[in-house]
Amino acid sequence: MSTTTKSISVFSPAILVPALHDAVIKLDPRQLVRNPVIFVTEIVAVVVTVIFIQDLLTSSTTAGFSGQIALWLWFTVLFATFAEAVAEGRGKAQAESLRRAKTDLFAKKLLFPDKPGDRSSEVIPSTALKIGDVVIVEVNDLIPGDGEVIEGVASVNESAITGESAPVIREAGGDRSAVTGGTQVISDWLKIRITTRPGESFVDRMIGLIEGAKRQKTPNEIALSILLSGLTLIFLIAVVTLYGLAAYSGTDLSAVVLAALLVTLIPTTIGGLLSAIGIAGMDRLIRFNVIATSGRAVEAAGDVDTLLLDKTGTITFGNRMASEFIPVGGVSDKALAEAVLLSSLADETAEGRSIVALARDEYRVTEPPHAAIATTFIPFSAQTRLSGVDVEGRRIRKGSVDAVLRFVGLDRDQAGAEFIKAVESIARSGGTPLAVAEADRLLGVVHLKDVVKPGIKERFAALRAMGIRTVMVTGDNPITAAAIASEAGVDDFLAEATPEQKLDFIRKEQTGGRLIAMCGDGTNDAPALAQADVGVAMQSGTQAAREAGNMVDLDSSPTKLIEIVEIGKQILMTRGALTTFSIANDVAKYFAIIPALFVATYPGLAALNIMGLASPQSAILSAVIFNALIIVALIPLALRGVKYRPVGAAALLSRNLLIYGLGGLVAPFVGIKLVDMIVTGLGII
Amino acid sequence: MTIIGWVQIGLVLIATLLLAKPLGLYMARVFSGERTWLSPVLSPVETGFYKLAGVRREDEQGCLSYTFSVLAFSLAGLLALFAILRLQGVLPFNPQGFGPVAPDLAFNTAVSFVTNTNWQNYAGESTLSNFSQMAGLTVQNFLSAATGIAVAMAVTRAFIRSKTSALGNFWVDMTRATLYVLLPLAIIVALAFVALGLPQNLDANFVATTLEGAQQTIATGPVASQEAIKQLGTNGGGFFNVNAAHPFENPNAFSNYLNIIAMLSISLALVYSFGQMVGNRRQGWALISVTIIMLVVGTGVVFWAETAGNPLLHGAGLDVAMGNFEGKEVRFGQSMNALYAAVTTGLSDGGVNAMHSSLTPLGGLVPMFLMQLGEVLPGGVGSGLYGMLVFAILAVFVAGLMVGRTPEFMGKKIEAREMKLAMLAILILPFVILGFTAISAVAEFGVSPILTPGPHGLSEILYAFTSAAGNNGSAFGGLTGNTPWYNTTLGIAMMLGRFAYIVPVLAIAGSLAAKPRVPASSGTFPTDRPLFVGLIIGIILIMGGLQFFPALALGPIAEHFAMLAGQSF
Repeated sequence: MSTTTKSISVFSPAILVPALHDAVIKLDPRQLVRNPVIFVTEIVAVVVTVIFIQDLLTSSTTAGFSGQIALWLWFTVLFATFAEAVAEGRGKAQAESLRRAKTDLFAKKLLFPDKPGDRSSEVIPSTALKIGDVVIVEVNDLIPGDGEVIEGVASVNESAITGESAPVIREAGGDRSAVTGGTQVISDWLKIRITTRPGESFVDRMIGLIEGAKRQKTPNEIALSILLSGLTLIFLIAVVTLYGLAAYSGTDLSAVVLAALLVTLIPTTIGGLLSAIGIAGMDRLIRFNVIATSGRAVEAAGDVDTLLLDKTGTITFGNRMASEFIPVGGVSDKALAEAVLLSSLADETAEGRSIVALARDEYRVTEPPHAAIATTFIPFSAQTRLSGVDVEGRRIRKGSVDAVLRFVGLDRDQAGAEFIKAVESIARSGGTPLAVAEADRLLGVVHLKDVVKPGIKERFAALRAMGIRTVMVTGDNPITAAAIASEAGVDDFLAEATPEQKLDFIRKEQTGGRLIAMCGDGTNDAPALAQADVGVAMQSGTQAAREAGNMVDLDSSPTKLIEIVEIGKQILMTRGALTTFSIANDVAKYFAIIPALFVATYPGLAALNIMGLASPQSAILSAVIFNALIIVALIPLALRGVKYRPVGAAALLSRNLLIYGLGGLVAPFVGIKLVDMIVTGLGII
Repeated sequence: MTIIGWVQIGLVLIATLLLAKPLGLYMARVFSGERTWLSPVLSPVETGFYKLAGVRREDEQGCLSYTFSVLAFSLAGLLALFAILRLQGVLPFNPQGFGPVAPDLAFNTAVSFVTNTNWQNYAGESTLSNFSQMAGLTVQNFLSAATGIAVAMAVTRAFIRSKTSALGNFWVDMTRATLYVLLPLAIIVALAFVALGLPQNLDANFVATTLEGAQQTIATGPVASQEAIKQLGTNGGGFFNVNAAHPFENPNAFSNYLNIIAMLSISLALVYSFGQMVGNRRQGWALISVTIIMLVVGTGVVFWAETAGNPLLHGAGLDVAMGNFEGKEVRFGQSMNALYAAVTTGLSDGGVNAMHSSLTPLGGLVPMFLMQLGEVLPGGVGSGLYGMLVFAILAVFVAGLMVGRTPEFMGKKIEAREMKLAMLAILILPFVILGFTAISAVAEFGVSPILTPGPHGLSEILYAFTSAAGNNGSAFGGLTGNTPWYNTTLGIAMMLGRFAYIVPVLAIAGSLAAKPRVPASSGTFPTDRPLFVGLIIGIILIMGGLQFFPALALGPIAEHFAMLAGQSF
């Protein structure tokens, strides 16, 4: 989002105060029924409140106890709704800033779109635009809706969407034809065909997603809800039947203590935080400037088995760079380096600059002072396929091997074994040989190669540890592709890839049960993006690509797939960790409540009171209070997410089991004891 | 506890484990439809059966059709057995001239044997004719066991297969389970039992004159054969009412070893078959380890509690060296009683060689708890395997999330549908056990059949419903179960415990079979390592413990502390 909203902390008053308000509104049972565990808690809270009122009216001695239990049961519900409200809070703030970007847009609708050159238009509100309308957008106009540029070139400020203030070029045709409503044209003009209905535009979708208005439960969330509902039902059975078993044993259990037992046993911790975890996950994604069209896609990202990455721009810098100078025919390293440096001084291409940098940094050649020498630069042309320099009588040329051979007037078989060997070994390693000559003499070869981005190999290794295979897709020939693949450390590659091959590859992998993620920006990527389980389209890409994918990366950075995968995993891990914690908690709660309930009937059961809680009443109240407070205590974890480490599943599991399983077993023993000490210390029971 | 006691426990378990591999491999071949060394003899018989019944063995069933076959077949068995019991007065092989079995008892008994529970509200030697025992009960001992194995194999295939609806053919699975597995083993074990001194005849009771000159009626019959299938099929219904404590059912230490080995053998070996069939033997061993670890711990607790004995008796001046020997047979000794108690309840066998009601409170808690854990350690033949797989699915779901992937087990993704069905299956036990126990505990018709009031009485009821719902069949004793209320409700509990579990389990199988099998990667949570063994034990304990802890606290746990405080019931 825009950089101003990015920095809002969840725990700033700007989020917390409205969240408190929302938390109360969310108590509406019609809303809560979506969350069975908390819904049951609310019903129980109502029942206990009614009992408390009865106790008050009859001046019963137990009113103090039932009142406090009722209070803490309400807190339990409130803490759960508060967690969700906080998670939504930051999204709301972000949505607000987006909404500001799209208020009061007007469109200049072309009256005669089919007449070229006719720019006569009428001004209508953007809400009245239909799909297929053509609008003209001029300097300083806001683009009224999502669409496709059909004429013109303009620079567009998209910071309202991407947070990136540098303008981007939008032009008709090609991969940069998509524009987004709410962005601003800052030079020239564009003719745009509108492609979405008002209210369904990209910004609208973003707002909807961020606010969670359209948030549907993801498949895994549904499965987990079923587990939690099942557990709730099991404990309901256990508690209701306990009434009968206790009656047999001569104990008349009150509804209040049974209610307390039920609420402490059902998984309120994870039940209360479940939706907050999902919302916070989407929110984290948005802070990475990625918009997912559904939570399902984010979850699928955690499951991805294979990552399809384009070579150019993702794995390599996209420009070939000089990596070595190979002299031939007795020419010294230094002499060759000097010659190519001279020939490249005026070469402003990336290749030329890389030659200068290599000569200067690796070969320690100093460039001559410009003014001192009479120099003629020969620029590269597609016809000659040569560039070079005429300086102080020296004619230095560099270029493709054939062109340079022609320049020196030699056939390939006259070039000498040394030269041919160097050229071939470069080609074999996937590089491009650049021949260098002076007058009629071959000086050597420059090894140009596609340079792999630093650190990318480590990222792939991390992905491998996560269990994710990376596959490089490239238009290069298989030899070049293999060389780069091995240098970058990808697991596999697809050379000379056409869009159809890409699609076939995805289908083949999916048939084997694998989940595929890929990113793309071009229209020809669209079918593959749609077929992939996680398709990340670049914001800079075409409208077709953006609609085919299920995520849009506003920064248009392909390596971000790795972060997306991590966020997907984090969401699942956080759910699992809190579920485990919640279930493990129950052991301690039994040890608090069961002896408290039956110690009057069977004094021997006092031996189960291993926490040494002060009295049966304080024990029950402490368990209820702990159960409520733990929700609040875990809100930060739910929002931040459990940290993902790429260490392999077994190691990750044992680590998390230790923290959340064993921790969940031990923590409540300590927590309930502490609460009990405070409760008895204050004398409120 | 004694060293020699632990050595015996160790030897029996090792013998069973040694059997698991060859028997498991053999069964894997049988249920993959491959040829075995028994095929030359049995294949014509098998083909003959299919011809007779019009079954085409290559016709595989989907989950609905398979489930329907299981239910229809069991219903037919139920009706047939009910009819035999009601009509036994006019049927042959009735040397004692027993009349028809009362309707509620006949219902209870019929359900009991069809569900592989073998809860015995009847006293075999004084109620049932030889025909009822052989054509009725023994037949169901085979068929109910074979049904369990068949269902387990259908579930196993769901893990092996990918994108299909076919789970196998129930009739073929049934036939092969009976013909290739149960029958040959039963013949071998029955012969061994005869060699060890068990009676095998079709005689009427005979009357003996004791040394004091009194007349004693001694019942015999086809004991060895019924004993063999009783244990192999984890049925547990003895020929005699006191089951394997009776000197004719279990005359000596060696017959006792064979009893335990026979009941463990198939259930344990089926787990191995599962590993073999899914192509991961380590998975089989992992699940076997879960079983063995929990059985050893359970046995240890019983062994310890029983040798420690009852402090009240110590105070009364009894010889305390042997511990609590009330209700036990001295010819087996404490360790073999403990192992038998743990194994018979960890399995859903239910035969007993000691009276569980007479165990110390903690000693009695263990068998009850082992049943409440869902009869998966290793559980009844077949039923134990599919029960264990439901727990594995739960464990994978809860913990598998913690590795950051949609949980998957053996390459099958565990999603909402599987969770829903697994929870349905898991809910059955607490619903039936706690529901019926609570009603019985507050109603006159429930409380009056109790022998001992107080927490022990609650244990009697709780044990009865636990045993019925878990299709175990062992009785705590004390409770007079042969009343209309208990005959009916225990019958319902047994049916729900069996079929209300099988239906969702087969539905899970159907759903899993339809999914593709995802290849494992280093991001997949491995389910064949010690970590998973520990995890699944934790899930089983927490699920079982959390559901039943309050009930247990009011029964055996309260009784234990009362005993320490000098009070007995």
